[in-house]
Amino acid sequence: MVRQASKSSLLFSGSDWDFKTLSRAYDAIEALAVEELHLDTYPVQMEIISSQQMLDAYSSIGMPLMYRHWSFGKHFLHQDLLYRKGGRGLAYELVINSNPCIVYLMEENTMALQALVTAHAALGHNHFFKNNQLFKQWTDAGAILGYLDFAKGYIVRCEERHGLAAVEAVLDSAHALMDQGVFRYHRPPRLSSERQREGIRERLEYEERSYNDLWRTLPPSQQAANDKGQDPERKKSLNLPEENLLYFLEKNSPVLEPWQREIIRIVRVIAQYFYPQRQTQVMNEGCATFVHYTLMNMLFDRGQISEGAMLEILRNHSNVVFQPAFDDPRFSGINPYALGLDMMQDIQRISTKPTAEDRDWFPDIAGLGNWREVLLDAWAEHRDESFIRQYLSPALIRKWRFFVLGDAADQPHCLVASIHDERGYAKIRATLANSYDLGANRPDIQVVDVDLLGDRHLRLQHKVNDGILLEDASRDATLRHIRRLWGYEVSLAAVDAETGATIHERSTSQTAG
Amino acid sequence: MPIFIDRRLNPKDKSLGNRQRFLRRAREELKRSIRDQIRTGRIADADAEHAVRMPERGTSEPSFNNARDSGRRQHILPGNRHFSAGDLIPKPGGGGGGASSPGNKASEDDFRFVLSREEVLDLFFEDLELPDMVKLNLKEILAFKPRRAGFAAAGSPTNINVGRTMRNSHGRRIALRRPKQVELDAILEEIASLEEAPSSADARQRIAALREELDRLERRRRRIAYVDPVDIRFNRFDSRPVPNANAVMFCLMDVSGSMGEREKDLAKRFFVLLHLFLKRRYDRIEIVFIRHTHLAQEVDEETFFYNTQSGGTVVSTALEEMHRIIASRYPAHDWNIYAAQASDGDNFAGDSERCISLLNGELMRLCQYFAYVEIIDEREAHIFGSTENGTSLWRAYNAIDQKWPNFQMSRIATPADIYPVFRQLFGRQPASLKRA
Repeated sequence: MVRQASKSSLLFSGSDWDFKTLSRAYDAIEALAVEELHLDTYPVQMEIISSQQMLDAYSSIGMPLMYRHWSFGKHFLHQDLLYRKGGRGLAYELVINSNPCIVYLMEENTMALQALVTAHAALGHNHFFKNNQLFKQWTDAGAILGYLDFAKGYIVRCEERHGLAAVEAVLDSAHALMDQGVFRYHRPPRLSSERQREGIRERLEYEERSYNDLWRTLPPSQQAANDKGQDPERKKSLNLPEENLLYFLEKNSPVLEPWQREIIRIVRVIAQYFYPQRQTQVMNEGCATFVHYTLMNMLFDRGQISEGAMLEILRNHSNVVFQPAFDDPRFSGINPYALGLDMMQDIQRISTKPTAEDRDWFPDIAGLGNWREVLLDAWAEHRDESFIRQYLSPALIRKWRFFVLGDAADQPHCLVASIHDERGYAKIRATLANSYDLGANRPDIQVVDVDLLGDRHLRLQHKVNDGILLEDASRDATLRHIRRLWGYEVSLAAVDAETGATIHERSTSQTAG
Repeated sequence: MPIFIDRRLNPKDKSLGNRQRFLRRAREELKRSIRDQIRTGRIADADAEHAVRMPERGTSEPSFNNARDSGRRQHILPGNRHFSAGDLIPKPGGGGGGASSPGNKASEDDFRFVLSREEVLDLFFEDLELPDMVKLNLKEILAFKPRRAGFAAAGSPTNINVGRTMRNSHGRRIALRRPKQVELDAILEEIASLEEAPSSADARQRIAALREELDRLERRRRRIAYVDPVDIRFNRFDSRPVPNANAVMFCLMDVSGSMGEREKDLAKRFFVLLHLFLKRRYDRIEIVFIRHTHLAQEVDEETFFYNTQSGGTVVSTALEEMHRIIASRYPAHDWNIYAAQASDGDNFAGDSERCISLLNGELMRLCQYFAYVEIIDEREAHIFGSTENGTSLWRAYNAIDQKWPNFQMSRIATPADIYPVFRQLFGRQPASLKRA
């Protein structure tokens, strides 16, 4: 047997790891990844951390550096509790979209697990970060760590200067709007370089120093008085409507100090940085899982991983891709690892061993055998929503036994709208794709009007799709946060997206706070 | 090849700052829950870790969220077994959010976490208005005293043990045959005597040989040091906890109907604080609870704080009971005896004199310290202030206060009034409190 003969070519044996073995395993896996899957990755920086440090990283939304805020402390307590109770295991790895790509490995992992994690994170995720359009265009992997460093330092300086409470108040309000703090449809500007930021800061400081109260007493110009009442003009000058509430408040709030604007900007930049990750869960995890599964099997076939280690790897792999059915008590939604891996393996299958049905549905890839190119292209060009819309095959719908459940709040019943049959495939595919469309699933809230020269009443509009309203308590609390940042009255009108009728309007003067 | 960085030795607790911020934010609520726990828990448990519920107020993180009970939506679920298109499935619980679980948010907030002993005490101390020094001292766990424990090869120069060092040096010098000063002196003397004598070829040769020998010996002396680093021994010290004597703490309380919820809460805090003070000084503390109406009896903690009993108020019965217990179980030469009495000041007419005589007669001599608090209404606090007159018990105890330095009394209406009672107790040097 080939495998017997090449016993000595094992990458590692036993469960203990050391840096030499890690390095040898990485080199072998990387060589294979480049040669067999044509992956293209950032250089890798692997950091070994303890479980305590992993919890620390969890609580600061997975970033190695983060400013301080009480909510991270709360999340830490929560994660810590779950971990201690055994309710949730820790991730074996954490990977950061930066250049060089930082991969955290847990010290408790066995060598087999470290090899698995290396393939998964250091190659799979890494390739995805480097090549996917969303990440390429919307985030700046090279600048993020430098930016976080700046953010942390800036907030510490603000705390020293303006007091913890004042900084915390701004951060609380900004965090409440994090979901509304991203540009969904146009690309955000690049993070400015360190030097530009320095320049902006210097200019702000100069403005603060040279502030002269006398300017305020000048009579308003004729021009400004004329502007009043000219709605379209005004909206145009403020670029309204605006979906990015944090951006609007940062640029236009009449009450914020320059340092408060900078803090809002920091929160906004971080929210924007994570936006692509939230849109590519299935693809990102699917890509990483597909890569580790394929590479580990190749290594095993070449006799570089022993059978014992392979068993351990497979056991962990199957835990990760476990998908309980909807009526299983363990069900907690669709597992992105499982769905991603299944779809990518399905592409491989369609490409090499298509059925007649596949030829119907995917005439451009079925049977051509070029699954590597198809996958590389999908990883680069798609996000979850478009990927599913493009590649979810009827075979996979049958395998998962998907069904669509219509749920109207005013009905006592749920209606099974489609199941995995000929009539249902298209509908299921569209529904699943829509459920991954963040832009459609988050409440659509925009700034529609504000009269800066009048009473400065900020008007927001919530476009109500399918009659889905906002939760009352959290909506009022969030409105109060906006009022704190805006300084004047804020109101939110719920407008039906189809009919354009106003359903109700809520203003901060009603919410008592 | 990737870059490897071993972060395991980096400082842990990176999120400690965040934890502190969180605790500060939730302070009021945490304080309330710690106070409730101390009120309902055992006195001795105050000084430990406590698990508390995640506070809700002030720690919510609102954002715009879709309401689960509105609108029309489509769920997609895996694992269909027997449904066909068009089936109607009744919603669970009548109009919940379909198959989805109700509100993650609520369950996320609904968990308990553990506050460390320091954090608990911080919260407990907050409205007692203790001076910072005192807080620090109470939180300090134990006094350690260094004790001699053999010798060590490393240490600070002040701890060099000269005897040991010289003994090692001597042994080494013998073992390595370091030339002694006497040998050198003998050779020098011989050279001198030879040089004085008329020179002869024989003598010159002898001198040359001697000088060579001298040279060799001196080189050897230089090579083998008189005291070498390997000889040096240091006294080694072990820090061991100071052995503390035993203490017993008597809690006396009037449980007649006039002591309400508020009075008992204040009394409990007073007992907890005394217990903390004592715990700092003594390894072993026993607590004896004596409640009284017109009769006194020793009870367990639960009964002490939660059972009410009807009856009159005769304070002396409690003092007699305490005396009896001391005599039978806590001989004064083995135990440091502390007593804390809480009452609203009522007493049976004429009984106060009996209390004076009991205390003067024996009890005050047995006790290290006797603290009396009278719990009064907040409105009364203005009237009484620090005047001499008051309830009959107060007037009676005033006489004792004059006479005995280890008696301390105070009226308390709010938690902040409790600490002054202990000021004297704390101000004393610990050494004078302990019995030899």
